[in-house]
Amino acid sequence: MKVGVIDYGVGNLGSVLRALEELRVTPVLVNRATDMHATDSLILPGVGNFADCVRLLDAGGWVNALRDEVQGYGRPLLGVCVGMQLLADNSSEGAAEGQYVAGLGFIPGQVRHLRSFGCAQRVPHVGWNGITRTRHDDHLFHTIPDGTDFYFVHSYAFSPRDSADVLATTDYGVPVTAAVRRGHVWGTQFHPEKSSRAGFRLLRNFIEGPAC
Amino acid sequence: MLKVRVIPTLLWKQFGLVKGVGFDSWRRVGPVLPAVKVYNQREVDELVLVDIVAHQSDNDPDFESIDEFGQDCFVPLTVGGGITRIEQVQRLLRAGADKVAVNTAAYAHPDLISEIASRHGAQCVVASIDVRAQDGRWSCFSHAGKQATNREVVAWARELEDRGAGEILITSIERDGTMQGYDLPLIEAVVRAVKIPVIASGGAGNYQHMVDAVTQAGASAVAAASIFHFTEQTPAGAKTALAEAGIQVRQAFVG
Repeated sequence: MKVGVIDYGVGNLGSVLRALEELRVTPVLVNRATDMHATDSLILPGVGNFADCVRLLDAGGWVNALRDEVQGYGRPLLGVCVGMQLLADNSSEGAAEGQYVAGLGFIPGQVRHLRSFGCAQRVPHVGWNGITRTRHDDHLFHTIPDGTDFYFVHSYAFSPRDSADVLATTDYGVPVTAAVRRGHVWGTQFHPEKSSRAGFRLLRNFIEGPAC
Repeated sequence: MLKVRVIPTLLWKQFGLVKGVGFDSWRRVGPVLPAVKVYNQREVDELVLVDIVAHQSDNDPDFESIDEFGQDCFVPLTVGGGITRIEQVQRLLRAGADKVAVNTAAYAHPDLISEIASRHGAQCVVASIDVRAQDGRWSCFSHAGKQATNREVVAWARELEDRGAGEILITSIERDGTMQGYDLPLIEAVVRAVKIPVIASGGAGNYQHMVDAVTQAGASAVAAASIFHFTEQTPAGAKTALAEAGIQVRQAFVG
């Protein structure tokens, strides 16, 4: 299995690559959009500001290439943290007041600040928080029970337009989208690569796909 | 529900881990890499790794060593020491850091905090503040506690938050290494001043001190070093004690 990790200039790439090596798959650091074609599945990492990430994706020619690979060839994609938020139609992060910056649009919906969802807790939401699945027909959380803690660190949250695209939520005073799926595009708001054994399990589930 | 984190702090200089008392009298406590490995295997909630002499030179952080230390770390890793420029942050993230802690450089260049936050997100920046009680106020010190900065902690914490810091790591220099307990009024003052998470540091000597930092001072996380280096107490033991006090902590995944 060749898992491509997309290197577009941001993200904790070191951590993602090491987690994959730990799973004994071959991670490929993909730093040219054209190299995505030689992979079995793709991980879009992200630590950073949505608008900056979009700018870097644009500058590297990733936006169209990702559309071709993911929507055209059907290559499975997992977005992590901001990488998940980039799957949305747009986000208010890094945009002028009342404006939105366009994302990849693979999963319809919007990314907004946690406060705009009514969250009154300390922001960023940093630390380990338990997940609750909202769908049970997906393999991403296979053998991972509800209540399992994953590592979150974010100030913005994804609100998919179609609630059927939400796989799991977490509770931070308000329900927060923890994982999404639409077709063969998945995303996690938390960092599986930093969620120790639970994270390894989730990454393995993504890479291996559903059990026959 | 969000869990309270127990965070071992690893201070290192040159080739090994050290721990002092009051930011002085440093003792060697062993090599860095095995400590990171052991904490990773025991699934600690997070690790903070700070090079305590990096600020003394104008050199970059020691990327090679950090890369090696992060090799086997699958829990969140915050790296600090000698960060003065935005370019260094991307290299640290590539080397296996998930967040960076900025302390000394923030006093001379507060914009550094905003730059890191706007490029990598607020959640990537941990603003570290070292404090000594002086003349009836809490004064902030840079350069590993050596230089007075003329900043008072509550105003400085607010400024760091405004500039985009995602968390504050607040350390009492006087309590550091004493194992006499956290400076609870100091931590509480910072917790009240900001709306970002606050990590209590400096003085933990037993599990009850950690419980107090959470229940009395409102800390989102507790950091500690001496208690784990020099006593039989462990991060897992700390979490058991916190849970017994009714505080939600993370349970390790067995699957």
